[in-house]
Amino acid sequence: MTPVPLRPDLAAVADAVPEGARVLDIGCGDGQLLAWLRDTKGVEGRGIELDPDDVAAAVGRGLAVVQGDADTDLADYPDAAFDVVILSNTLQAMHRPAAVLAQLVRIGRSAVVSFPNFGHWRVRLSLSLGGRMPVTRSLPVSWHETPNIHFCTIADFEALAVEMGLTVERRAGLSSGRQVALWPNLLADTGVFVLRR
Amino acid sequence: MDERFGLDRRVTLPGDFPLAGGGVLPELTIAYETYGTLNAAGSNAILICHALTLDQYVASAHPRTGKPGWWTRLVGPGQPVDPEHWFVICANVLGGCMGSTGPTSTDPRTGQPYAMDFPVITIADMVEAQARLLDHLGVGTLAAVIGGSMGGMQALTWAVKHPARVKKVVAIATAARHSAQNIAFHEVGRQAIMADPMWAGGAYAADRPPAAGLAVARMAAHITYLSEEGLTEKFGRRLQDRDAVSFGFDADFQVESYLRYQGLSFVERFDANSYLYITRAMDYFDLAEPHGGSLARAFAGVQSRFCLVSFTSDWLYPTAESRRIVRALNAAGAPVSFVELESPFGHDAFLLDAPEMNRVIRGFLTA
Repeated sequence: MTPVPLRPDLAAVADAVPEGARVLDIGCGDGQLLAWLRDTKGVEGRGIELDPDDVAAAVGRGLAVVQGDADTDLADYPDAAFDVVILSNTLQAMHRPAAVLAQLVRIGRSAVVSFPNFGHWRVRLSLSLGGRMPVTRSLPVSWHETPNIHFCTIADFEALAVEMGLTVERRAGLSSGRQVALWPNLLADTGVFVLRR
Repeated sequence: MDERFGLDRRVTLPGDFPLAGGGVLPELTIAYETYGTLNAAGSNAILICHALTLDQYVASAHPRTGKPGWWTRLVGPGQPVDPEHWFVICANVLGGCMGSTGPTSTDPRTGQPYAMDFPVITIADMVEAQARLLDHLGVGTLAAVIGGSMGGMQALTWAVKHPARVKKVVAIATAARHSAQNIAFHEVGRQAIMADPMWAGGAYAADRPPAAGLAVARMAAHITYLSEEGLTEKFGRRLQDRDAVSFGFDADFQVESYLRYQGLSFVERFDANSYLYITRAMDYFDLAEPHGGSLARAFAGVQSRFCLVSFTSDWLYPTAESRRIVRALNAAGAPVSFVELESPFGHDAFLLDAPEMNRVIRGFLTA
């Protein structure tokens, strides 16, 4: 069985996961990334997901997924329980992003975090010229319906990592899934960071 | 092996059966049902563990009530536990009253029923009795142990006591210990039975049981299996066969009539002393206690994959208890899945139509 190709932002996250690693995917949805990592990289994966339908779907894929909330439940996991902890496209929906980040690097030897870049030129354009909160490809929901309550730019995230004393092992800006070499904070719609305590 | 459904099987295993509480039974009889066939590799056996007042008739008609099996929504053709693929075993628990050794059994040493001379048993003793049955059936490893409520306690105990024998554990609407509230409700039931003069210190004749006491015990317990929301929806303040309250103590309200019926019909199929012993076994249940109170340590040696399911309106074994188990399994590094399902039906939800639960269990078993 050939695994289904991953969404571009997930592919960038998956690149940062070594073969055979113990992985915790927080906000794992229906388990697409975890199943892919298991089938192609022999990863031993676990997941946390808020939505019960998604949990049911992930369990149906043979994954070990626990219904839970990253804002509250991460404290239950022991230190360094995983090689890699993944938080893909979820940080902006957390009530306490910094506290969640601290948990990530405690539970995992490394943490892979991806998030929509609020510094992307489309967002800036929408705000500066349109005067409206952006509704873009990577931020498709209007402000009053979005679960995303803590937006940041790639530069903001970098600053937070420094403030928290975290080591940034790798950083990448993606535009439509492709690496952006120049001015990522302006040209990338997604930021992907690999962090370590 | 006879492949027909059910068949009301029974086996007496000779030799002492030592109990966790220090007692010894001189012999052990286990009444059980099986469905499907054990494959040549012996890799398709699933043990179903039943709840407090249920029995081995998980997917076959109850011999006394004629009602269909209690979990045909999960076990049967086309269901997640399909006897076409799985060899399904369900045994009446030790201490039960549907054929397995319990207080109604005859003590071979005296020729009299054990009654209150029956030793106090534990959930772990129930599991050991099941293990002996599996030895007898030639089942080495279980593909899965599945149980809800007290059945879930047995399933968890299986993983702890026989880690190499259990591949997967499904524990539904359950807890790793009995809470003060759980014990309190059981004590109300036991006191109702023992306050009935017909109980006679447990030495009642089979045809003269403490019916009133047992019925009250069942009424109290039955409330804990439902939810306020469910009761309100089902009965509200509606009156039973009348247009106005009687200003008396008849069952004016539908909910009273319903509970009285539940109590009376329970007496037809359950033994009062069995109820005392099994509720006690549940009250003594605390997986963490032998491990210095650490549930994670209790799970330290497990080798199974786990799937836990809870229901939003279950206040008997609420979601918090399942989460406690999930936390401990995570700390022990065991693979665990957990989902809390929406239901208005309280603890009983696991026995009712629960397509989401079936979906999760089907996925967990086949993956």
